Amino acid sequence: MAIRYIYSEYEVSRNTDRCIVCRVCERQCANEVHTYLPEQNKMTADESKCVNCHRCVSLCPTRALKIIKGNNTYKENANWSNKTMNELYRQADSGGVLLSSMGNSENYPIYFDRILLNASQVTNPSIDPLREPMETRVYLGSKAVKIERDEKGRLKNNLLPHLKLSMPIMFSAMSYGSISYNAHESLARASEELGIYYNTGEGGLHEDFYPYGKNTIVQVASGRFGVHKAYLNQAAAIEIKIGQGAKPGIGGHLPGKKIVGDISKTRMIPEGSDAISPAPHHDIYSIEDLSQLVYSLKEATEYKKPVIVKIAAVHNVAAIASGIARSGADIISIDGFRGGTGAAPTRIRDHVGIPIELALAGVDKRLRDEGIRDQVSVVVGGSIRSSTDIVKAVALGADCVYIGTAALLALGCHLCRSCHEGKCNWGIATQVPELLKRLNPDIGYKRLVNLLTAWRHEIEEIMGGMGINSIESLKGNRLMLRGVGLNEKELEILGIRHAGE
Amino acid sequence: MLKEGQVRIPSGCAISGMFSKTGQRQSGENIIQSISVMHERSNGLGGGFAAYGIYPENKDYYALHIFHDHLAAKNECESFLERHFDLINLSKIPTRKHKGVTDEPLIWRYFVTPLPTKLESSQLDEREFVAKCVFRINTRIEGSYVCSSGKDMGVFKAVGFPEDVGRFYRLDEYEGYCFTAHGRYPTNTPGWWGGAHPFALLGYSVAHNGEISSYDANRRAIEMYGYSCTLQTDTEVITYIFDYLHRKKGLTFQEIASVISAPFWQTIEAMPPEEKETHEYLRNAFASQLITGPFSILVGFEGGLLALNDRLKLRSMVVGEKDDMVYIASEEAAIRVIEQDLTRVWSPKGGELVLVELEGGSR
Repeated sequence: MAIRYIYSEYEVSRNTDRCIVCRVCERQCANEVHTYLPEQNKMTADESKCVNCHRCVSLCPTRALKIIKGNNTYKENANWSNKTMNELYRQADSGGVLLSSMGNSENYPIYFDRILLNASQVTNPSIDPLREPMETRVYLGSKAVKIERDEKGRLKNNLLPHLKLSMPIMFSAMSYGSISYNAHESLARASEELGIYYNTGEGGLHEDFYPYGKNTIVQVASGRFGVHKAYLNQAAAIEIKIGQGAKPGIGGHLPGKKIVGDISKTRMIPEGSDAISPAPHHDIYSIEDLSQLVYSLKEATEYKKPVIVKIAAVHNVAAIASGIARSGADIISIDGFRGGTGAAPTRIRDHVGIPIELALAGVDKRLRDEGIRDQVSVVVGGSIRSSTDIVKAVALGADCVYIGTAALLALGCHLCRSCHEGKCNWGIATQVPELLKRLNPDIGYKRLVNLLTAWRHEIEEIMGGMGINSIESLKGNRLMLRGVGLNEKELEILGIRHAGE
Repeated sequence: MLKEGQVRIPSGCAISGMFSKTGQRQSGENIIQSISVMHERSNGLGGGFAAYGIYPENKDYYALHIFHDHLAAKNECESFLERHFDLINLSKIPTRKHKGVTDEPLIWRYFVTPLPTKLESSQLDEREFVAKCVFRINTRIEGSYVCSSGKDMGVFKAVGFPEDVGRFYRLDEYEGYCFTAHGRYPTNTPGWWGGAHPFALLGYSVAHNGEISSYDANRRAIEMYGYSCTLQTDTEVITYIFDYLHRKKGLTFQEIASVISAPFWQTIEAMPPEEKETHEYLRNAFASQLITGPFSILVGFEGGLLALNDRLKLRSMVVGEKDDMVYIASEEAAIRVIEQDLTRVWSPKGGELVLVELEGGSR
C-alpha cells in the first residue's frame, strides 16, 4: 500500500448513543464515507473520502452526526501551512494541476465588510416601508437618449431595449451540465415568479425551459455551445462571456462523461466528447472584434434585446469597461475574484483578479469621468452574500447584482467546493440520476423565492432608514457609505470617506 | 473649520415666493415682510432673495452679481470678464449698513454680453458660453464667486437673517414681477456668503427647504454632464438638474416634475397606456435625476415661477391666490401677512407641480 501523506482535515463525529443504525448516512453519501459493520451492528466512517458537504449531518434523523475540524497537524510553520503542504503532496502524487470549485476561499480583504451604511437622524426623516411605498424596480440598458417628440409634442419612446427587474438581483450564469436540470428549473421558475432573470451559462438552453424565455439571459461564450437562432431569440437578453471571476484568462472544460443525453443535445456536441471552451473567443482578439460580435448578435435578434458583456475583474478593468461601453454593449457585467465556478485551477482561482468592490468603484468612476456611464448599466457579482452587500454595491455605483453561490446555497449547497468531482450529494452540481433527483424543483424554486423576498424586505428597510424610497436614488450614492479600518488609498479607490468623517 | 463646499452641511429652511401673472412690478418690501414671519425657521446663518424683472433698462444683458473677497480677486475676475465679455455697465451693488449683516465681501454687479468672436470660436450657444464662464470663475478664481447670472433678474444673499439681508441690500428699492426668499437653518456655520440661498445659474434660481437623501446620486450623475458641485448643497444640485433637463434636454417643467418628484410605480401602473409609457420612459431615461427625501422648492426662471414638493410631501408648502398674484410659502402665515384676503389657499400634493407664468409669455 502506498504511503498516504495527507491526513483528512475534517473528521466524522458520530454519537453512538444517538445513532440508531438506520443507514441513511450510508445511502446518502455518494463518496462512500459511511459503512455498516454487520457483525457489530454499527456504523463506521472513512473521513478520507469526506468532502464535508453535510448531507449526512442534515439527514441524520437523530442528529447523531457532525463534522468537526480535525486536530491532526504537522509541525507548526507560519510559512508552510498544513494546506500548502497537502497541496504539494497532492501534486507530487498526481503530477497534475490542482483543481477547485466555487469561489476563492483565501483570506483576502472583504471590502463589503469594511463599509458601513448611513441612516437619517433629525434633519430628514427615515421612511417606514410598512407605511409608504418603497421601490426596488430597476431597468438595465443604455439610458443615453436625445429627446424626440411626435407631431403632438409627445415624447417618443426612443430608448434602446431594456431589462425590467422587480429588484436589482439576477441569478448569474451557471450552465446546464455544470448544474443539474432540476437546479435550472428551480432558477427559471424563481425568476419568473420574482420578475427577475436567470442566466443559462454556456451550456445552451434546454427546450423544456423555452417557456421561461422572457426571464432568461442566454450566454454566448468562447465554445459557442448550444448557440443557434432560436436560442438567441428565446431570451430576454444575450450575454457575451469574455471571462469569469473564478478563472480570468482561462477557458472551461466539461469532461466527456458529463456530456450525456440532453446535455449533449443542448450543447450540440456528441455524447461523451469533452466540451472545451477556449481561453479567448477566437473571433475576439481585440476590442473592435468585440463590437462586431455585439452587433452580429443584435442583427440576429433584430435589435430587440440588450447585449451584456461579462468580464472578470482584472487590474485594468476600468479601461476595459470603457472600451466595452463604446462597443455597442448595453450592459457590462463584472465578476469579482471571489466568484464561483464548477471547476477552476486552484492557483488561478486564488491568485488572479481583484475584489469586486474595488473593480466596481473604479469602473463606475471611470465611466462617469468619461461621461459615458449613461450608455451602459453595470452588473456586479463575485461575491454577493447578503442584502447589505447589495445595498453597498448599488451605493458604490452598480445598477444590479448577480448572485450564483448564494442561490446555490439556497438550494442546499454547503460549499464543500467539490463540484468538479461530479458527485454532488445535494443534486445540484451533478448529472448522476440518483443524485440529481434529490433536488426537488418545487421546493428549490420556493427557497430561492424566499431568499430574495427576504433580501428585498431588508433592502427596503435599509433604504427607508436612509430616507430613500426608490432604489435609483441609492445608485452611486457614495455619501451613504463610510469605510472602517481602510487606508487612504483604499478609501480613495472606493470613493468613500472614513467613518467619523 | 471647513468652508461650505469642502463639507456637506444639512439645513432646515423657510421659503417664500410671490408672482404677478400680469407682470405688475412691485417693490421688494412685501417679500421681506413675508419671510420675516418665518424668523424661527432660520438661524441667522443665511438668507437671500431672487428678484425677476428688476433690470428692465438692461434686460438684454446678463446681470452678473459677484462676491469678491479682496481686491486682487476682483482684478483677476474683471480681467477674465473683459477677455470674454463686452462689459456694458459695472457698479457696486448698493447696500445699507445693518448690524445683523457683517463681514461683507466686495459686492459688484456687471451687465455683460459675450464677445462675438469669443462666442463664435467656442462653438457653444450663448447661454452655454455664459454658464461655462460662470463655472470658470467659481472654480478657478480664488476669492471671486458669481452668485447670479441671468437676464433681468438678480440674486441678493448674505450670512444673516433673511429680513436683515433684505434691508442690507435695500430690496425695497427694487421693483419686480417675481420675488423668492430663503431663510436658512444650517446645522453648523461655515459663515460664507456664497453658501446662502437662493442658488442661481443663468435665469434659473432655486430656493429650497429640505434635505434630500439622493444627494450624492444626483451630484455624481449631474457632474458627468459638465457641472461641478462646488458648494455640496442640495440647492446647487437641484439648480443644475433643472438647467440640464430644461435647457439642455428640452423637457417641459411638467416632465421635469415627473422626473425629479416621480409618481410611484403603483400610480404609473394605473395610468392610461400613453401616459404610462411617458412616465415609464422618463423614470427610466432620467433615473439618476430622481430626488428623494424632503424638499419643497421654488424655482424662478425668466417669465415664470414653479413650486414642487417631494413625492411624499415631507415639507410643508402652501399656495395662495388673489387676482393676478400667486403666493407660495412654507407657512400660510407668511402669505397672510402680505395678503389677508386670498381667494384661494391650497396645499399642493407631493410631486404636484405648481407652475405660474407671465400672461402672454416672457417679456
